[in-house]
Amino acid sequence: MNIHEHQAKEVLKSFGAPVALGVAITSVDQAQAAIDALPGPLWVVKSQIHAGGRGKGKFLEKEAGEKGGVRLGFSKEQALEHVKAMLGNTLVTAQTGAGGKQVNRIYIEDGADIEKELYLSLLVDRGTGKIAFVVSTEGGMDIEAVAHDTPDRIMTLPIEPSTGVTDTDASKLCDALKLSGEARTDMIGLSRILYKAFVEKDMAMLEINPLIVMKNGRVRVLDAKVSFDGNALFRHPDIQALRDKTEEDEKEIEASEWDLAYIALDGTIGCMVNGAGLAMATMDIIKLYGEEPANFCDVGGGAGKEKVAAAFKIIMKDPKVKGILVNIFGGIMKCDVIAEGVLAAVRETNLSVPLVVRLEGTNAELGKKIIKDSGLNVVPANDLDDAAQKIVAAVKGK
Amino acid sequence: MSILIDKNTKVLTQGMTGKTGTFHTEQGIAYGTQMVGGITPGKGGTNWEGTLPDGTKVQRPLFNTVAEAKEKTGANATVIYVPPKFCAAAIEEAIDAEIPLIVTITEGVPVLDMVRVKDKLAKSKSRLIGPNCPGLLTPGQCKIGIMPGSIFSKGNIGVLSRSGTLTYEAVFQTTAEGLGQTTAVGIGGDPVKGTDFIDVLEMFLADDETKAIIMIGEIGGSGEEDAAQFLKDEAKRGRKKPMVGFIAGRTAPKGRTMGHAGAIVSGGKGDAESKIAAMESAGIVVSPSPARLGTTMTEVLKR
Repeated sequence: MNIHEHQAKEVLKSFGAPVALGVAITSVDQAQAAIDALPGPLWVVKSQIHAGGRGKGKFLEKEAGEKGGVRLGFSKEQALEHVKAMLGNTLVTAQTGAGGKQVNRIYIEDGADIEKELYLSLLVDRGTGKIAFVVSTEGGMDIEAVAHDTPDRIMTLPIEPSTGVTDTDASKLCDALKLSGEARTDMIGLSRILYKAFVEKDMAMLEINPLIVMKNGRVRVLDAKVSFDGNALFRHPDIQALRDKTEEDEKEIEASEWDLAYIALDGTIGCMVNGAGLAMATMDIIKLYGEEPANFCDVGGGAGKEKVAAAFKIIMKDPKVKGILVNIFGGIMKCDVIAEGVLAAVRETNLSVPLVVRLEGTNAELGKKIIKDSGLNVVPANDLDDAAQKIVAAVKGK
Repeated sequence: MSILIDKNTKVLTQGMTGKTGTFHTEQGIAYGTQMVGGITPGKGGTNWEGTLPDGTKVQRPLFNTVAEAKEKTGANATVIYVPPKFCAAAIEEAIDAEIPLIVTITEGVPVLDMVRVKDKLAKSKSRLIGPNCPGLLTPGQCKIGIMPGSIFSKGNIGVLSRSGTLTYEAVFQTTAEGLGQTTAVGIGGDPVKGTDFIDVLEMFLADDETKAIIMIGEIGGSGEEDAAQFLKDEAKRGRKKPMVGFIAGRTAPKGRTMGHAGAIVSGGKGDAESKIAAMESAGIVVSPSPARLGTTMTEVLKR
């Protein structure tokens, strides 16, 4: 689960991390009070959307001006103008896709005198199975580009779960970031704060880019991007409360309510599959035969009839869908249960596009029989190749 | 031979009295696996009761702890169907009881719980398969987990995969081709797991009966690249077997988690093309279609 920058800073601040004063707003009416609450002389006005690259982004609407999604106000009046220009308009960044994202909230923050920009992130290093710091002196830039161009300027430091951040670890981080004096003392403390926050809140990723050293020699978290492990949200109601559904696809929200893994894509063939690997492979094979998948949908291991029917209806909501491929290889799932769920949904939605169903595994014969006996217009398939070819042919009208 | 499990493997079920645990314990018994008992705290001393697909009623003893169950039954493996919230504790209990093989089927275990478990595992005598995996199966001998036994046949192909349902595809297709399997192992789709490709490849290379290997990966992480490097190094020492591969997720968008917690292309790493390139450079024939794993293997074996 992703959260906004201002929420991420709030979380980090609660653990003692140094962040600037700031106020989040969702309407122009709230802007003046927010600006007045900050001391100045510099107000940083930041669009809050769940996508990176905001500073270098561009608004679709002309009235928003030429500048990006993060703007500097050198007076209260200018800060207010920036709020008016950005709020409600659509920001396109390298990560939003061409359609962009509507800016529904803005974070106004006290400006800082920047001496140096650094990069710091925490993630779960899959190779070692440990939480690792990734740091670089090249802050404020696209870290993927830094990794590609100057990999020697990035250091990855896995942390032993049994000890947490040791004095040696903290020193290594400071050395890699070339910090001395007060900044070094700040960083030693901050490394422990961030690790603690990461562990206690079950974060999946914590990225601070840039982490800055200010002209006064102190360290501050200037930007913060945090995502959480969806599987651990059950023990963090405070984090669940930060979810902003306006940032998510409507179909994906409905899918998550049914505990379905669904991701909307741009193609024409809707897919309903059990198992993430098979669901991806089904998308791949559709492409291999010349069409594009409309979605990724894994109904999971233990889906019942209602869940299958719900998945089917969500897939049908996408107007781009010209055909549906159901591909089930039953291990935990029983094919007869799938068959009944599919048929229930077909009856309920008055299905008007071609449907190909492939069933294999536990109770496959029973499932096939249920579909055959239904009298509904469902095309059975023998295997995955057969299924993919049949649905692609049907969509292409052959 | 087979790897990891055979007819002598005695299996406990943690979470035996739940719906999923019950169903798959019944399936395991029906397959001929020595399912010797189960653990449900508070129900120790009573019996689990199940019904096999042919209607036969079966019973197995229940215990309060894994240690007690191991002592009374002589079990050397355990399979875990415990819900995600309590799963890490169940694995830790099995590690403490020094069960040699722990197979965790549960999907949705918090990643940081697994970080803790993996640390404990490294200092233990146990091997963990999973979590978020379908388990493993040696045809005609032992089935641990949720794989459908009916699609297997005894043979000489080793199958390993990050994805459950794609494991079934590989098994189904090698059975259809008349090749059969030595053992199929699903290592699971989570970012932090007990056993990775390299561990299982090492066992398949060492197993005389395994003549060839199918390896199925997916986007995310670098397990496939690491495995490719391992295979190259082993080939230099003269250890090499014919291999067919597949990588799921060529069409997956970047930055999105594709169902499996571990299936995500992030930070410019873990995309399908780089995995396919690495596997091909190690001599693995990577099939573009998940439906042609079996036929590709037959072709490779004819060369």
